[in-house]
Amino acid sequence: MKHKVATTVNGRRHEHEVEPRLLLVHYLRDVVGLTGTHIGCDTSQCGACTILVDGKAVKSCTMFAVQAEGRNLTTIEGMAKDGQLHPLQQAFWDEHGLQCGYCTPGFIMAAAYLLSLNPNPTDDEIRKGLEGNLCRCTGYVNIIKSVKSAAAAMGGAPARAGEKSVAGR
Amino acid sequence: MAVTTMIGAKIHRREDPRLVSGEGRFVDDFTLPNTAHVAFVRSPYAHALIKTIDLTAASKSPGVVAIYTHKDFAKAIAGGIPVAPAFVAEKKHVPNRFPIADKEAVYQGEIVAVVLADDTYQAVDAANLIDVDYEQLPAVTDLEKALEPNSPRVHSAGQDNLAWDLTYVPDDPAAMKEADVVVKERFHHQRLAPTSIETRGVLADYSSADRNVTVWMSSQNPHLMRFYLALAIGLPESRIRVISPDVGGGFGSKCPPHPEDYLVTAASRLSGRPVKWIESRTEAIHGTAHGRGEFFDVEAGAKKDGTLVALKVTQYLDAGGYVGNLGAFQGVACLLSGGAYRWKHVSARTIGVLTNRVPTDIYRGAGRPEATHLCERTMDLLAGALKMDPVALRRKNFATEFPFTNNFGLVYDSGNYEGALDKALEMVGYEKLRREQEEGRKHGKYLGIGFSSWIELCGIGPSGPTAGATGGIGLVESAQVRVFPTGSVAVYVGTHSHGQGHDTTFTQIAADTLGIPYDMIELHHGDTAEGPAFGYGTYGSRSLAVGGMAVHKASKKVVHKARKLAAHIFEAAEDDVVFDQGQFYVKGSPDKRKGIGEIALASYGAGSSLPPEMEHGLEAVAYFDPPNFVWPFGTHIAVVDVDSETGNVELLRYIAVDDCGNIINPMIVEGQVHGGVAQGVAQALYEEVVYDDESGQMRTGTLTDYLVPTANEFPTFELGRTITPSETNELGVKGIGEAGTIASSAAVMNAVCDALSPFGIKHMDMPASPDRVWKLIHAARGASSDGHDGKEARK
Repeated sequence: MKHKVATTVNGRRHEHEVEPRLLLVHYLRDVVGLTGTHIGCDTSQCGACTILVDGKAVKSCTMFAVQAEGRNLTTIEGMAKDGQLHPLQQAFWDEHGLQCGYCTPGFIMAAAYLLSLNPNPTDDEIRKGLEGNLCRCTGYVNIIKSVKSAAAAMGGAPARAGEKSVAGR
Repeated sequence: MAVTTMIGAKIHRREDPRLVSGEGRFVDDFTLPNTAHVAFVRSPYAHALIKTIDLTAASKSPGVVAIYTHKDFAKAIAGGIPVAPAFVAEKKHVPNRFPIADKEAVYQGEIVAVVLADDTYQAVDAANLIDVDYEQLPAVTDLEKALEPNSPRVHSAGQDNLAWDLTYVPDDPAAMKEADVVVKERFHHQRLAPTSIETRGVLADYSSADRNVTVWMSSQNPHLMRFYLALAIGLPESRIRVISPDVGGGFGSKCPPHPEDYLVTAASRLSGRPVKWIESRTEAIHGTAHGRGEFFDVEAGAKKDGTLVALKVTQYLDAGGYVGNLGAFQGVACLLSGGAYRWKHVSARTIGVLTNRVPTDIYRGAGRPEATHLCERTMDLLAGALKMDPVALRRKNFATEFPFTNNFGLVYDSGNYEGALDKALEMVGYEKLRREQEEGRKHGKYLGIGFSSWIELCGIGPSGPTAGATGGIGLVESAQVRVFPTGSVAVYVGTHSHGQGHDTTFTQIAADTLGIPYDMIELHHGDTAEGPAFGYGTYGSRSLAVGGMAVHKASKKVVHKARKLAAHIFEAAEDDVVFDQGQFYVKGSPDKRKGIGEIALASYGAGSSLPPEMEHGLEAVAYFDPPNFVWPFGTHIAVVDVDSETGNVELLRYIAVDDCGNIINPMIVEGQVHGGVAQGVAQALYEEVVYDDESGQMRTGTLTDYLVPTANEFPTFELGRTITPSETNELGVKGIGEAGTIASSAAVMNAVCDALSPFGIKHMDMPASPDRVWKLIHAARGASSDGHDGKEARK
């Protein structure tokens, strides 16, 4: 039996009838038609499907579509405004924070939530904040740089030194 | 070259705006009207006979379109998945691999039935209702036992379990006798799951009216996939179009053809509907070819003064249930086992063993991380035995004269190994670090410093050795450059970019060679319907050194024709025409110029304005066949802290000094090194596919068990470089895609073993996970009282 679900996705209201078992990520990709949210695993490890649900980062494979009833959803497609990339999108481009780009939407959404809680994170706070997302291409080095650079662009204080002190340096 | 304004510049990637906006187009983003979705039924056993398959309940399940088993595909697919006869072995047992099991399944995850339904959920529902009656057979899981005459067979009808046995250079027992010090060790390389974050996927659309098929697939080499499909499905290549759109990482795993590529394509033909399958992560870990799965028995000897004498290497490679398409390429580990050093004698033998596990195949580095690992670990073991500093031992034995011919006849085109080592030592602050290490040990702090002075062979071709290794296709590379009448340009390449940034770097090359602005050039790849007849793909760090050269060569052909036309227009001798920054002029009259765009327009104009023998148009195709491999090198240094109470290894610093020759775009080179290092560190410390020894059941089938590291596990890597241009190609470039992985597992494990040396531990195998490190330390501490040597018990 199908259930009605009404959501707001990137500011636009949607109403559909869906099977109760339909995962939110499949709803976004296959029903709403927004394919920027990706799927990289089946056990909620990789974070490629991360979106914002009422402003909070959520792996959209961990929710059913029907649980999104009445919620305000933001996907990667909703980040740019008026043809201008979001500072995080711009920073990932500027700092070479992506290679194949498949995990990137999830990282940007997770980073957006992180910066909403902590506008000026240290490197280690960024690492911790993004530990729910996997990247296989970058070794995370430039992802951390990207988030730092976006934080500065978004008005956080100049980046603090956050590296752990290490022998020999 | 006309100008060099773009080559070497840090240009931000033109592919990024779509990828950061959610506008990338990956296979799963394509669906056609009336698409049927696939769920595979896979063997739950490592080895079993398939007695019966009952489809009764499944075929009544809602939404089911069709269910196919072996008998349905027997007529639709000819032969089996090809195996490249790489490095033609002396004895070979290559079981035919049909894409779906018939009477016997030889690894857990082998496909037994294919369900098509209106949506994926329904397909999975129906697959769960298929009742397969299996009779379990003994699983072969241990390489050495598998080679015993009375071992159960991987294929019940198999004559034995030996896939190949090839001696490259026979052992000379007299050679080792010249050594004053001899070390022996067995080095393990655990199986790895490549784990691109985008899994594999196929969407096939067969048209019975046109008798052609379009296949979207996540592939590193769409033209090779078209070739393989043509061999199997009874359509000529001209009727098969393979499109590999945006691809979310490959790391080698998306090179070889896999069973699903054939089954989905054939299922579209059988069902008359577009058919789509997107691999789940669990399927990927069970069914996509694994990397590594080897061990090496190594014996090495040196003189008292550290002069290297002899190296003896035997590689045992776990091929899995079938021999992977390019699996035997990993024998290259033997050919590079001497590393960056001068050895008097090196002998090597590779033995491929069938087991009841998923086949292994090429994975980032493929054979070269293993070569570096065995060589660099051996250097540290020798240094320990000689009581020499590991740096001094390396320095003493480096090859210094180039070209350098190694013990297997391979010719290293260029190198400056000491230069990279010196730079890395300076960056890490070596002397100070050793003092800190010594001081720390007094207070129970165990720092380890590990070196890896790596070399590699990449830029694969050339066509000679590779045509023999692939069964006919010589690995060259193609490009086509089309200059349109308005002077804008389209470049088509046979390589495939899935993170490497070719859209940017290849355009940089074309812009410089053509003298046409970067923004007027578009780069195309990934569609076999476009560009030259054949492309060879991206793997083996070949794209720049072979494909980039093809772009350069095709661009030069265009400039050559344009110059002829300019000479005709200027009414000057061709030799007097100067080409500079995209402009032609006659020597001595630099103010009277014609841009290449104007020449392009003229090339499409009235025939009377062209020289008599010249055809219209301004475009060219080039194939580049390199004369040799290219030979990047460098020195990496890992600094780790081992917690003796918990066994935890923390990677404190990682220094990577690499030399990949001339650089097209430094930002992209650094990114490739970052990612490569991370994958090697991941092997050293975290990742391992574990199968149960008894049943052959996988114990690490999801990302909850298979530990892909997060941002928490890595420090910021510190990068340096030296530049020694390659002598193999005109651009002076080498490859960098695999370098980090080739270097890093050895650097990290040398650091871990260095940290453990105060406990009397000389060696441990990967991954250096906390439990394994702790057990070693625990055993070693016990050893001081009970006399054990503290060597780790193997699993």
